[in-house]
Amino acid sequence: MKPLQSFSRKVYSIVIAISILIEVMAVAVNSVSAQAQPTPSDDQVNVVASQIYCPVCQNITLDVCGTAACAQWRESIHEKLAQGETPAQIKNYFVQQYGDRVLAVPPRTGLNWLLYLLPAFILLAALILSVQFIHSHRVTPANSVSEVDEPTKEDRHE
Amino acid sequence: MIANLGFGFLFIAFLISLYAIATASYGIRTRSSVFTESARIAAEVEFPLISLSVVILLGLMLSSQFQYTYVFRVISQDMPLLLKITALWGGQSGSLLFWVWLLSGVTAASFMWGKTKQMKQLTPWVVIVTMTILAFFLFMVLFLENPFERIWITTAGQVVTSFIQPAGTYPVFPSAGIGLNPLLRNLGMVLHPPMLYLGFVTFLIPFAYALASLITGKSDSQWLQVTHGWSLAGWIFLSAGLVLGSRWSYDVLGWGGYWSWDPVEIAALMPWLTATAFLHSVILEERRDLFKRWNYVLALLTFCLVILGTFLTRSGVLSSVHAFSESSIGPVFFVLIGLILVVSLGLLLWRWNQLAGSGELGSVFSRESFFLFNNILFICIFLICLTGVLFPIISEVFTGQQVTVGAQWYKSTTGPLFGLLLILMAIVPLSVWGASTVKGLGKTLWKPAAVSLLIPLVLFLFGLRSWEGILGFWLGGSALCILGFDLLRTVGARSHALHEPFLAACFRLIVGNHRRYGGYLVHLGIVLMALGIIGMEFFQVQTQVTLNKGTPVSFKQFSLQFEGLNTLTLANSNEITEAQIVVNQSDGKFFTLSPQVENYPKLSQSVTIPAVRSTLAGDVYIVLVDWQPFSTSSATFRVYYNPLVAWLWIGAVVLILGGLFAFWPANPKAVSEQKP
Repeated sequence: MKPLQSFSRKVYSIVIAISILIEVMAVAVNSVSAQAQPTPSDDQVNVVASQIYCPVCQNITLDVCGTAACAQWRESIHEKLAQGETPAQIKNYFVQQYGDRVLAVPPRTGLNWLLYLLPAFILLAALILSVQFIHSHRVTPANSVSEVDEPTKEDRHE
Repeated sequence: MIANLGFGFLFIAFLISLYAIATASYGIRTRSSVFTESARIAAEVEFPLISLSVVILLGLMLSSQFQYTYVFRVISQDMPLLLKITALWGGQSGSLLFWVWLLSGVTAASFMWGKTKQMKQLTPWVVIVTMTILAFFLFMVLFLENPFERIWITTAGQVVTSFIQPAGTYPVFPSAGIGLNPLLRNLGMVLHPPMLYLGFVTFLIPFAYALASLITGKSDSQWLQVTHGWSLAGWIFLSAGLVLGSRWSYDVLGWGGYWSWDPVEIAALMPWLTATAFLHSVILEERRDLFKRWNYVLALLTFCLVILGTFLTRSGVLSSVHAFSESSIGPVFFVLIGLILVVSLGLLLWRWNQLAGSGELGSVFSRESFFLFNNILFICIFLICLTGVLFPIISEVFTGQQVTVGAQWYKSTTGPLFGLLLILMAIVPLSVWGASTVKGLGKTLWKPAAVSLLIPLVLFLFGLRSWEGILGFWLGGSALCILGFDLLRTVGARSHALHEPFLAACFRLIVGNHRRYGGYLVHLGIVLMALGIIGMEFFQVQTQVTLNKGTPVSFKQFSLQFEGLNTLTLANSNEITEAQIVVNQSDGKFFTLSPQVENYPKLSQSVTIPAVRSTLAGDVYIVLVDWQPFSTSSATFRVYYNPLVAWLWIGAVVLILGGLFAFWPANPKAVSEQKP
């Protein structure tokens, strides 16, 4: 029995030692990862804040908004960066709290697609219309060419 | 009592506008020139009448009659005289009265100094259009945003505002007023609104003549000749208004920039875009009998956008759809916009077939084609801006979700189009009207284009690695090279043909062709402005830093040294906190900057006044962000280096001067001398 007891005691000791080692390593890793999150600078905070619009003011980003509420939100960004959150996570937090209006551009969902498709549609329509206009108004190059513009009546405000 | 008189003058002006509409209509029906003349005189009388009302309101403001709501809101006794006058357009009802006053002034001027004799057939219709618009605005000022309203208090202690004393109330005589919003207490705001409003109201004249021309079916280009000066004047005022607004933003708002793509800014930019397209397309109708319909569209659209912009900024619809429904003037504005749009579109469709021009495009590479592309680009930028401004409203109406369309979206969608405009601006001076081939164009273009290639090369050799920046500088530089090349070429040709000395030929050519060379000066201004914009967009550097006394911090080629912080409490209990920073340059020279924060405790508002050191190379721009109330040994600042931004303002001045030069009538003698 004794050897068995001795063996089991050894195993127990090893398990305890490994557990303690794992615990110590975990603490060490945690502390290393905590050290990898240095206090974010004002510039780092402003980079994130410049991508978020003030939820209460009109068309002003958090980095330049002078209200006390915005100062608190900047502080909140500072804390979240210090906790290791990414800019995307921080933006998501603000969206969940205050809605899509805090984003510099609306997310590409639902009706918001209109905002992304319309400029392309406008350009396409302009291209088609100009080609059509040129096609319908173009003549064979027979007109006279004037190198220097002469003043029109309007130049003289007649 | 005196306020009643002010209201009375406005009411009489309102009745006279209705009289002018009725008389002009009767004159048209009976073909009686007597009634038309009476209507025209009535329209001219509006200006002095409304002026009296404005003078009375100013009198109430300058004598601090705080029992009047408007005076109470915008005047405080500590405000200097200039700001008290500025307060006329510092609040909603006062600025609407100011708008009406300018509108009546421009209308009267157009009848007094305009070419009404040449346009007899159009005059009664012009009276009807201008007086209808004026009547609408007078209605709003009289019944919805009356600047002569008084403050009353009910026996229950409730404060009410009304022009006529409500039953069961007695008048209140406050001893002090709130005063003008601190953000508006700046020279930029003194000049910005009058310029912008003048630009807005001046576009009423081309709009009125375009409508009159459509109604009468007199669809020749005469209406354009009559209104060209007005369109150009409106464009100059609007440009000046936009630039002054940008400068105010740069000087007062303390965010390091000048244009934030705010919907209020874009509301003013949109009519400028269509007006610029209009000024170019008018040339096509004059030279090539092209774009006849399009010119009507642009003249009508520009004024529609003026009203839309005023509606967007006044009705509260931009902040929320709910604010719009609560606004007193929002629905009336909505009716006015609807009316203008329906009438304009209806008349355009009615006359569409008669408006076809007989002109033709010489070739795809002709100057008229480039003008076509120019117009298309301006309209695309306008439509994109309109999408961005209206989308948050559309989203809120249809989904209930408030969204923001920020600067990032506008920059990415309109930036490339502005770049294309720069390319066009570079090519157009060397293109020719009528028949033109790519070979011919290339032949004239290659020399200045080759010279301009030195620009990216030199920039690269000097270490510039931002391809967007290099491209932008190259486009701007190309335009500059081509402008210079074209001027030298034309002056050389004249000098050779007329045997004139080069400088004399240059002077006579420019003086004899104000419109063309005014346009060149405007283009030069645009190129210089583009330099500033590129500098800010691609090369701005910023940092936020806490400075401690005695510990210099490096920023770019500068060393920033915090010297201290003082807080001064003024007699009116406002506080000014000012920091001193010595900025040492790499060459051993130094300068001191003193950013401030003005605190208005009565208004619970602070204004950040940045300190700026401006040079042609760039601005050092420092904003005081934060400090400890009981310690002056450190403070936090936001420091910007804004490269080349001074060129933006220099370019803006050149642009305005170019506009004025183009506006100024040329000397006919010089013109006749110019012809070889």
